[in-house]
Amino acid sequence: MNLNATLFAQLVVFFILAWFTMKFVWPPIMKALDERASKIADGLAAADKAKSDLVLAERRATDELRKARESANELRAGAERQGAQILEEARAEAARIVAAARTAAEGEAEVAAQRAKEVLRDQVALLAVAGAEQILRKEIDAAKHADLLNQLKAEL
Amino acid sequence: MATEHAPTASEYIVHHLTFLTNKKQEGLVDWSVFHLDTLFFSVGLGLLAVFVMARLASRATSGVPGRFQAAVEIVIEMVADQAKGIVHSPESRQFVAPLALTVFVWIFLMNAMDLIPVDLLPLMGQAVGLHYLRVVPTADLNATLGMSSAVLLLCLYYSVKIKGFGHWMHELFTAPFGAHPLLWPINFAMQLIEFVAKTVSHGMRLFGNMYAGELIFMLIALMGAAWAGTFGSGLLWIGGVIAGAIWAIFHILIITLQAFIFMMLTLVYVGQAHDSH
Repeated sequence: MNLNATLFAQLVVFFILAWFTMKFVWPPIMKALDERASKIADGLAAADKAKSDLVLAERRATDELRKARESANELRAGAERQGAQILEEARAEAARIVAAARTAAEGEAEVAAQRAKEVLRDQVALLAVAGAEQILRKEIDAAKHADLLNQLKAEL
Repeated sequence: MATEHAPTASEYIVHHLTFLTNKKQEGLVDWSVFHLDTLFFSVGLGLLAVFVMARLASRATSGVPGRFQAAVEIVIEMVADQAKGIVHSPESRQFVAPLALTVFVWIFLMNAMDLIPVDLLPLMGQAVGLHYLRVVPTADLNATLGMSSAVLLLCLYYSVKIKGFGHWMHELFTAPFGAHPLLWPINFAMQLIEFVAKTVSHGMRLFGNMYAGELIFMLIALMGAAWAGTFGSGLLWIGGVIAGAIWAIFHILIITLQAFIFMMLTLVYVGQAHDSH
């Protein structure tokens, strides 16, 4: 329990060691600690951002999916409508063609009937004239009675 | 041992409590004497501590730390937190916080010398011709008072730096009782007593704990040394082993606690130097 110069030596050593620590130990380790803290903070922020990005992306994907489904539906409806319309048009066209063909056939038939009637009329007239000729040959002069015959012909 | 015969118990204790000095101490206070063993172990351990930490610091990574780096970081963060809570000037902390770290690690290592078997290093010393060797620097009052005096100097330095010399003087004479001129001597005396009490108790606390701990290790070693082939001495030997184990385990707590207390008081005293009364 004696006091001696060891005390002062220890005092000086104390300050030298403290100075050394302040100079070479404390700052680098503190710097490393601070850097790591900021790295961790950045990492956490990035993770948060990634999480919110994921949510956004999921929402966008759902949106796109819904939109695609909607447009597909629309397309299908359009196609059905168009198909129905084409069918309708084709049916109308067919009906029109049929009607036109029928009209044409009827007209032709009428013309043919008319012509047949006229031919028939001529032939009847000839037949009548021939009959009458046969009957009247002896008593009637054809030339003399032409007017009468024509009149008869028109009346048929 | 200087003597040829086996030492008695008191000779053994006295021998173990004698420092290795450059010359014989005359009287209670002799400023021409150095304790070479205290200086060797305290400087050696201090250099070991700061160089190991500096080596670590030079390759400290801000990425994933190794185990050793993580351990040192735990200590440093503990010290930094305490310093931040006690010393409120960031500028002072730039020196005081590393100082507190040094104090903690250094005193912890010096205290830990107590855990080395009490006769091991003295016997090795004798083998190279050193008759006396005390290996626990903090069980030397000179070492602990030297460190507490350093803290006192720090307190005086920061008192003047933070408050200014005039304001500090004013405080010395007007606190704690008041500014009445009649109270000046009393105030000043109280302040002096406070400084002396702080410093002496600061150093004495560490010294007392480590000195007592060392002494108990020696007594336990004496129990072990009582082995003489008889049944009673055999029991003493076993008792020595058990007591030594228990005391060493308990001492792990004490050396850490005392290092921590010395560091905390250093911070508190320096922090007080920043506060105005």
